[in-house]
Amino acid sequence: MAKTLPKTDAVIVGVGWAGGIIAAELGKQGLKVVGLERGKERGVKDYYVVHDELRYGIRYELMQDLSKETITFRNQGKERALPMRQLGSFLLGEGLGGSGVHWNGHTFRFLPYDFEIKSQTVKKYGEAKIKGLQVQDWGITYDELEPYFYEFEKAAGIGGEEGELGPKRANPFPNPPMKETPITARFKEAAKSLGMKPYHMPSGNMSQAYENQYGAKLAPCQYCAFCERFGCEYGAKADPTVAVIPFAKETGNVDIRNFANVTEIIHDGKKATGVRYVDVQTKEEFIQPAEMVILTSYVMNNTRLLLTSKLGRPYNPDTGSGVIGKNYCYQILPGSAGFFDEEQFNTFMGAGALGATVDDYNGDNFDHSDLGFIHGGSISLNQSGYRPIQYNMVPTDTPKWGSKFKENSIKYFTRALSIGTQGASMPVQHNYMDLDPSYKDAYGLPLLRLTYDFTEQDKNLYNYVGKITDKIMQEMGPAKINDRQQLEHYDIVPYQTTHNTGGVIMGAEPETSAVNNYLQMWDAENVFVIGASAFPHNGGYNPTGTVGALAYRAAEGIIKYSKEGGLLA
Amino acid sequence: MSEHEQKQESTMSRRRFIRNSGLVAGGLVGGGILGGLIGANMNKDGTATEENAHTNGHNQVAYQQSPLYFTNPEIFGILQAAVERIYPKDENGPGANDLDVPFFIDHQLAGSWGNNTREYMQGPFFPGSNFQGYQSPLKRHEVFDVGLVALQTYSNDKFNKPFAELEGEQQDEILTAFEEDKVELRGVTSRTFFNILRAATIEGVYADPAYAGNKNMEGWKMKDFPGHQMSYINQIESEKFVKIEPNSLHSYTK
Repeated sequence: MAKTLPKTDAVIVGVGWAGGIIAAELGKQGLKVVGLERGKERGVKDYYVVHDELRYGIRYELMQDLSKETITFRNQGKERALPMRQLGSFLLGEGLGGSGVHWNGHTFRFLPYDFEIKSQTVKKYGEAKIKGLQVQDWGITYDELEPYFYEFEKAAGIGGEEGELGPKRANPFPNPPMKETPITARFKEAAKSLGMKPYHMPSGNMSQAYENQYGAKLAPCQYCAFCERFGCEYGAKADPTVAVIPFAKETGNVDIRNFANVTEIIHDGKKATGVRYVDVQTKEEFIQPAEMVILTSYVMNNTRLLLTSKLGRPYNPDTGSGVIGKNYCYQILPGSAGFFDEEQFNTFMGAGALGATVDDYNGDNFDHSDLGFIHGGSISLNQSGYRPIQYNMVPTDTPKWGSKFKENSIKYFTRALSIGTQGASMPVQHNYMDLDPSYKDAYGLPLLRLTYDFTEQDKNLYNYVGKITDKIMQEMGPAKINDRQQLEHYDIVPYQTTHNTGGVIMGAEPETSAVNNYLQMWDAENVFVIGASAFPHNGGYNPTGTVGALAYRAAEGIIKYSKEGGLLA
Repeated sequence: MSEHEQKQESTMSRRRFIRNSGLVAGGLVGGGILGGLIGANMNKDGTATEENAHTNGHNQVAYQQSPLYFTNPEIFGILQAAVERIYPKDENGPGANDLDVPFFIDHQLAGSWGNNTREYMQGPFFPGSNFQGYQSPLKRHEVFDVGLVALQTYSNDKFNKPFAELEGEQQDEILTAFEEDKVELRGVTSRTFFNILRAATIEGVYADPAYAGNKNMEGWKMKDFPGHQMSYINQIESEKFVKIEPNSLHSYTK
């Protein structure tokens, strides 16, 4: 028998960036909050011996324990989906702070074009341009979201400089950009000589000592190069366990429970009444009643919990109707690797978000009239620091093992540079998420099933932008540039990116979206679903800046709802 | 006695086994077969002595040079031979064996990674497409059990010699057949086994020496990688390449 606990104002499912922000903002207003986090408590104190590539970078110590829960995957609806038995293509988070602990800190704002992608594309190029793409406007404009972006950037201490082709800012960045290095300067010179407009990547690694609006003190980044996949032992990375969660606790209104794995949203079809959760250590079951239920588990678990709890209308890939599980998107990642025979670079030094970026081929910043795709991507050189197990960049014709591999992987460890793209990903009817019919998690609940493959739009974007990254790399002067692999089928094994999006998308109409522009569920007004799950498509940047902005927007909505009730939009 | 063991008996004398393990019989004084064969260091001339079989050159006992997973010296010898072909000793520096990669792999197989403790291992199991990833019901330590024996069997069938006794090119030919998925294994594909073996070898070359490979940080030194450093804030803007003496996790505690 589950034990029923005293009722609270709001219960939060997942305590990472989104959950931490909601907890801090609601707690500040005097609302009583229970934060349920399936993983353990953790913070700066726990990263004393963090410079261990094998443990954190290869064995993924900070990521999700798949023995308890994973997803199943197939490329096509006619295949049998099989479990993602090992982490690979993306690295799901777990534990206090979520993936906000081990992210790199690239913090962009999505472009104005993103929020009105359908109407702007159709207006400029005609209806035929979006044929086969399930794109839709987000139900909010960039200008409406601008203040919320800034609120997140202040919380996260983002350092940067405004790009000429990026979104317009009402305020400067809270911090200056990170340092210029010979590597970032080389990229900028090359891009400039090709007529592009490079700028320093906006960074969640502190460019100086910083105190945010919650009184959290962050230390200056040391450029130690153990950032992505690692926690920061200096507290120099924008990490929810440093930036927002301590404040949330200090309000006295927020009770964060670790090892609390939520298994069900309890509801009457119109409103939620609370959640059921399991203490993963003792296996005891609890019911936490709440006035409001707030899902903050990025993408996968936001979607899965709604589906297993039978809340909202599940998406049907045959008809395109329904909304929960709709518009799963990923990211398209063309890039170029250059090999410099005569020069040696300090490639092992760096910071997660140390880099330089161009937006010349992002969004609708270039003419798509004669191109077989829409959108594009931000192109960057990111000096996050090479580590010796993960980075074995070798020229294309090098064997995968043996003496020649050894020679080249050693030589080019400090002599190879790469340029990458965060390419936008457009939704199509047959890329989606639902529940797997046979595989279960440790609590007997169905796993989330992902059906996803790359499309013609993706391949055309990849090939076009790839030629641009080659041009920039060529201009940087390497002895050779690697042939780029063809983009064929999506493969769940090699690491690509953890920028999964969609499943509980936002919009202006309940017919085509799951949540409104406060991320409030159309079908259950006291349920808010926050994360990249709300993205109707994925843009040409890393998603966290936009997730953060939406979290602040949602916090405002939740506070309003707690006073007035009803649908907010 | 299994069919496999019988084959061994007929093709491999104890004396050759010892030679193939890189030791002369004299090196075994004082050690059991396991203690002597698995976990011995060699002098430059390839001989082992009681003293250096148990030290790592610092007059300090290298306690980590002991098997925690493998129990059979012959199987361990196959692993030693295979990793050396993947990461050979050459003019660029030490190879996998000099760096103690076999001990790294041995220890990894004995622990969480070898037992897939943080991975989804529930059935049902199906082979899957090329894009669905690892679908074997075997745990990694079982994959090594199956794969290493298969290297031996394949070698005996094709060259009438155990794997460790072959010429380098012959060993490469066999490893390539495994890599190209041309060998039938039980419960796992030969390509999957090869890919895990290759990945584990590279990990053993470059993981922190705390894990028993990357001996004396020699793997890092080849790549000019300085290991664990607290800060590069004063060097990150340097136009010149900066050579830094490497540090390991051990420096946290010493």
